[in-house]
Amino acid sequence: MMHTPSQTVGPFFAIGLSRTDQHVLDANGAELHGRLLDGRGEPVPDGVVELYDPVTRAWGRSATDAEGVFRFLVPRDASRLWAYVFARGLLRHQLTAIDLPRDGPFDIHLQGEQETTFYAV
Amino acid sequence: MSDVTVDWPDYRSTEFRAPKRPLATLPEELHALEGPVFGEDALQPLDNDLTKQHEGEALGERIVVTGRVLDDGGRPLRGALVEVWQANAAGRYRHEVDRHPAPLDPSFSGAGRCLTDDDGRYRFTTVKPGAYPWGNHPNAWRPAHIHFSVFGRMFTQRLVTQMYFPGDPLFEHDPIFNAVRDPKARELLVARFDLETTEPDWALGYQWDIVLRATPFE
Repeated sequence: MMHTPSQTVGPFFAIGLSRTDQHVLDANGAELHGRLLDGRGEPVPDGVVELYDPVTRAWGRSATDAEGVFRFLVPRDASRLWAYVFARGLLRHQLTAIDLPRDGPFDIHLQGEQETTFYAV
Repeated sequence: MSDVTVDWPDYRSTEFRAPKRPLATLPEELHALEGPVFGEDALQPLDNDLTKQHEGEALGERIVVTGRVLDDGGRPLRGALVEVWQANAAGRYRHEVDRHPAPLDPSFSGAGRCLTDDDGRYRFTTVKPGAYPWGNHPNAWRPAHIHFSVFGRMFTQRLVTQMYFPGDPLFEHDPIFNAVRDPKARELLVARFDLETTEPDWALGYQWDIVLRATPFE
């Protein structure tokens, strides 16, 4: 069977995808944050990042703020987390890996010289 | 290729947001990775009836939208979290960024969620969303649609998409719909009117199945 194609989340996803504060994968966890940036290096203020720990199977999501910042609390012993990125202008979600521990933010570049590695899924 | 074309200039917001580099090969371990599980505690009683979430009843043409969530082998996926959001009957979203001068409906928030049952079936009662203008190009209007977010069983089965209504005259003018280049794949985004689903003296019925990618290792 052909699978149903993707379409963008558009600018109004917060209506349906942000009922509660869902950024906590582990209440006693460490903060992980970063910015979602477009090809000009401008913040993407209307994106949403979903984070998944394949070991604990903890999941969370964080809409970006006006500066494009997303933030999570993640398990302190996590080694590799997987993130789906959604935004207006992204017709399909993108998948990237976040290796831990890390010092400082994890910025996601949708385009440009520093374009993040996205995986075929 | 039945999926959407990500780098699609007709949809202007893709210009600085669509990734340009070739995608990396998915690591083997992700094929077998199960996704997050959501239970009944993710739901509240009226989550699947968008017409009754307020004191008054939502305005507009009442509809039932139902269908099954399947993998691409046709097997139903049970317990899948389905989230929806939409404009009201006048084509206005309850969101601060939406400046379309159409009325808000105090009795309609436009958000719903449910878990699929043992047959993989979801069901929402709502009102038909209106078409609305947007700034993509001169006189641009989005065809009426409901946004859908679905979590399959496997992590790789995540899907966010939009469901459209049959026979919409705006289809040919909409760059988001047409970013799916294969006409047969576009058809999969369009619900089917169904008299069997239609509730007499109450609501028109639409059927729309959602097909996710394969469920491996079964």
